[in-house]
Amino acid sequence: METAQQLDKPSLGNNDAAKDKAIKEQDTMTQDTPYPDQTVGSPYVDDPKMRLRDVEVFYGDNQAIHGVSLDIGKNEVVSLIGPSGCGKSTFLRCLNRMNDTIDICRVRGDLRLEDQDLYDPKLDVVELRARVGMVFQKPNPFPKSIYDNVAYGPRIHGLANKKYDLDEIVENSLQKAGLWNEVKDRLHSPGTGLSGGQQQRLCIARTIAVSPEVVLMDEPCSALDPIATAKIEELISELSESYTIAIVTHSMQQAARVSHRTAYFHLGRLIEMNDTDTVFTKPEHDLTEAYITGRFG
Amino acid sequence: MDRMHFCEHSSYQFNQPLESNRNNLMEMGGLVEKQVVDALQSLLQADSDLAQKVLDTEDKVDKLEMLIDEECTRVLALRQPAASDLRLIIAVTKAVSDLERIGDESAKIARMGQQLAEEGESPRGYVEVRHIGNHVRNMLRDTLDAFARFDAKKALEVAAEDNEVDLEYRSAMRSLVTFMMEDPRAISRVLNIIWSLRALERIGDHARNIGEQVIYLVEGKDVRHISVDEMQEKLKK
Repeated sequence: METAQQLDKPSLGNNDAAKDKAIKEQDTMTQDTPYPDQTVGSPYVDDPKMRLRDVEVFYGDNQAIHGVSLDIGKNEVVSLIGPSGCGKSTFLRCLNRMNDTIDICRVRGDLRLEDQDLYDPKLDVVELRARVGMVFQKPNPFPKSIYDNVAYGPRIHGLANKKYDLDEIVENSLQKAGLWNEVKDRLHSPGTGLSGGQQQRLCIARTIAVSPEVVLMDEPCSALDPIATAKIEELISELSESYTIAIVTHSMQQAARVSHRTAYFHLGRLIEMNDTDTVFTKPEHDLTEAYITGRFG
Repeated sequence: MDRMHFCEHSSYQFNQPLESNRNNLMEMGGLVEKQVVDALQSLLQADSDLAQKVLDTEDKVDKLEMLIDEECTRVLALRQPAASDLRLIIAVTKAVSDLERIGDESAKIARMGQQLAEEGESPRGYVEVRHIGNHVRNMLRDTLDAFARFDAKKALEVAAEDNEVDLEYRSAMRSLVTFMMEDPRAISRVLNIIWSLRALERIGDHARNIGEQVIYLVEGKDVRHISVDEMQEKLKK
């Protein structure tokens, strides 16, 4: 424990050597722990829903993601964790081509949803986003009624011809999102009038109204209170029965609670992907250990 | 980076309880070790005063156990530790209850020492007590060392040693039972020795349990309720 004690109280006196040493020691965490040549753990599964290989993302000259390969299994909840700026949100946004909206962003690699190449130029992106839905950090309901918020997707995708069908889709989606009982009497009041947690569940209802196969969630609970968070987490485990879910979260406890497998990103690389239990009790890689025990990040 | 450095967290408030927890555990270990040594001494030399000292220490050991458990509970509630931090807390809570039991067992030995001092020495069994006692004492020291240094290899050696103690205990038992059959007048005094041997054997088991917690802490593998060979096999994987 000697070195640890030194680290705890670095002697920052007049001595330059001691200063340098203290700074160097603070840096040792990342210096002494090289990136693995390939991802540690088990990033691949049999019969994946999404198969992602050698994904590289550039913002202009800046490479944000370095050769990430992983699978997302059917009806699986995968969580992506890592310190700020490690590329987890960037990676998530590749999965339904959300990055297309950023001009300087380029994506390379083989990304597939079942057999469909996601970056096939002939692919209809709107249709892709119906198959791979997304829920964002801040609830962003349309400035329309609760009903119209949910009905918007099915209408533009032509999923319902009659009013009766549309009613049914709206009710089902709100039921699945656990919001029906709270809003059934005021379906035509504005969605923006709901509380933050309800708004987020409304956004989830809106996402699942078009029957997506995969739901991507980018820190869906970071703007919510603990009770609303608990409801969303409950919802995630219920939704995983019918959908495949990938979730980016800053709360490690949340990743531990909701996901089956956890992927740890560090400076644009996928360091480790393993069963969530393994990651949180006995991670294989030192960087994962250092991050989840709060030694940096 | 060494995984087993528990005071490198970004949060000082987290480092402190983990560090003080470990220090408390080591203090408790030291106390209990002293108890075992004194209890043996009091039995072998029929020293009632020393035996009383062992009994008086019990209170302090119990208080430390509660203090450490409370601290661990607080860390779990406030910090939600993960990975090696989580394993440290779990290992510490389990190790303290084993240490406390070791304290209880040495108190038993001390009481036997007091009785023998009053009733007169047992005609047999002191050689066995000394022998097994030394063995168990070393095990306890090694297992505490292993905890302090996060040394899984040493912890495994303790487990292997426990098997030898069990063998020695059974053979001592056989010879003492034979002796009692031959000389029934000595039964009550020899029984005191037998209870002491039994307590020593239990101390060995607890030392092994602590060693298993060290292995869990360092390697993240649960090696309870399996043989030493199986332990070795599991650690190789």
